[in-house]
Amino acid sequence: MALTKEEVLHVAQLARLALEPGEVELFTRQLNDILAYVEKLQELDTSGVTPMAHVIPVFNAFREDEVKTGLDRDAALDNAPGREEGSFVVPRII
Amino acid sequence: MEYEAIIGLEIHAELLTASKIFCGCATTFGAPPNTQVCEVCLGMPGSLPVLNQKAVEFALKMALATDCRINEESVFARKNYFYPDLPKGYQISQYELPLAEHGHLDIRAGGETRRIGITRIHLEEDAGKLIHSEHRPVSFVDFNRTGVPLIEIVSEPDMRTPEEAVEYFKGLRNILLYLGICDGNMEEGSLRCDANISLRPMGQSEFGTKAELKNMNSFRFVKQALEYEIKRQRALLEAGKEIVQETRLWDTAQGQTASMRGKEETHDYRYFPDPDLVPVRIEAAWLEDLKAGLPELPTAKGQRFQEQYGLPAYDAEVLTGDKALADYFEACVKEFPQPKQVSNWIMVELLRELKTQDAGIAACPVTPGALGKLLALVEKGTISGSLAKKVFEEMWATGKDPEAIVKEKGLEQISDAGALEAAAQEILAAHPKEVADYQAGKTKVMGFFVGQLMRKTKGQANPQLANEIFQRLLE
Repeated sequence: MALTKEEVLHVAQLARLALEPGEVELFTRQLNDILAYVEKLQELDTSGVTPMAHVIPVFNAFREDEVKTGLDRDAALDNAPGREEGSFVVPRII
Repeated sequence: MEYEAIIGLEIHAELLTASKIFCGCATTFGAPPNTQVCEVCLGMPGSLPVLNQKAVEFALKMALATDCRINEESVFARKNYFYPDLPKGYQISQYELPLAEHGHLDIRAGGETRRIGITRIHLEEDAGKLIHSEHRPVSFVDFNRTGVPLIEIVSEPDMRTPEEAVEYFKGLRNILLYLGICDGNMEEGSLRCDANISLRPMGQSEFGTKAELKNMNSFRFVKQALEYEIKRQRALLEAGKEIVQETRLWDTAQGQTASMRGKEETHDYRYFPDPDLVPVRIEAAWLEDLKAGLPELPTAKGQRFQEQYGLPAYDAEVLTGDKALADYFEACVKEFPQPKQVSNWIMVELLRELKTQDAGIAACPVTPGALGKLLALVEKGTISGSLAKKVFEEMWATGKDPEAIVKEKGLEQISDAGALEAAAQEILAAHPKEVADYQAGKTKVMGFFVGQLMRKTKGQANPQLANEIFQRLLE
């Protein structure tokens, strides 16, 4: 099951990535290599195994409803592409 | 051609936990931007979400209250989409295995009871808030809301009119408030509603193409948006055109819905189980505990109001349709134990005042105790029923005690026969023609005499006593 160039472009669009033509070629090949590698898992017979969402049989890892101090605002904004009056600033979408 | 509307609602309710769903940040509304954030809700690499148990309990309570089947095991999934209100690039939600499914809510609309199916209730995290600059092509992002716990309640496409949709939405909000798990504030966005609506020719069984409506933050707007959309879709169908499946925003100022065009039209969320979170398993004992701890819900309370207070079904339904109103009624009955009279006052005088002010019972300046005292004053004969309405208006305006108002304004009913008799004699002396009429058998003029006495005493004469006095004097 090979990934097409169109599918790579579609996924790039969903991730809001603008790819150069050369990158489309490169990523299509690389993604296909990864898929082919993972494809090996299909050889395993899982007919007797219940589908699971998690590999270890652990359930209900909860925390209490308690407020904890989070990040200082300046620290939170440290990696912001832009910041103004305590907000992250991003290109306008709509 | 006759068309029928098919409506389904998706309700999002923010849960009243102190901390967020996957981290310890506070959920307080209105804090300065980005002051309630941490590595987890900002989606920083290496951080891990841990589920807030209370959020699960709140969601389960709603599931129990709406007769859902609760899945023994449920799983969190990543809903992938790129938008600046979502720092991780995905929203943690539930997909294949939601917390609960197959519930229902009974509503009353158009004089009949209808059962509206609930497809599912699942837990998810809220997204951040974007403020678009009016002057520059930028948006400001506040992540305080990111990670606030939400339940999404998805209905079956069971509603046929805007009225039914509003009644269903009101019913759900009422239950959320009864359970105390959501503040129901639609203006602040802690309760939100999206609607799916399509039309089909009457008698046809397949559904037509639907539009999704967003941005309706009041019951009135939900109704208006659905009414508008029915008109719009009908016009298109009658003109032989096709409905485009799209998301449309309700524009309050224009009173219409408009296509959102483009934004997230590709619904390709690529859901998959979130490997950071282990599945939730609901043990029977846990569920039993929650069930035992559920408060009395609207239907049960309405039943009890009929039995315990002897109220008609209609009164019980109106009073329990709002938990705060039901509480108000019961507090008032404690002060003045004549339930039907209390109910009448609340349903007529109090609700009318609230309606003119477009406010909820929480904004009522008259305490239930004060209203009880007012009714007791009427009962004792201290003031007449018609003056009580004036006193009530005064209580509303000033928040004063009814006894204080009656005393201050000298409104006590005159039940002193001597004083009334003197006044009555003056009236008879001044109206010989009416006296003659009465004696000639026209007993209807009695009303005129009593009216005159009322005028003379500024409405304070005890009407029954006034009647007796005139009868005696005229014989």
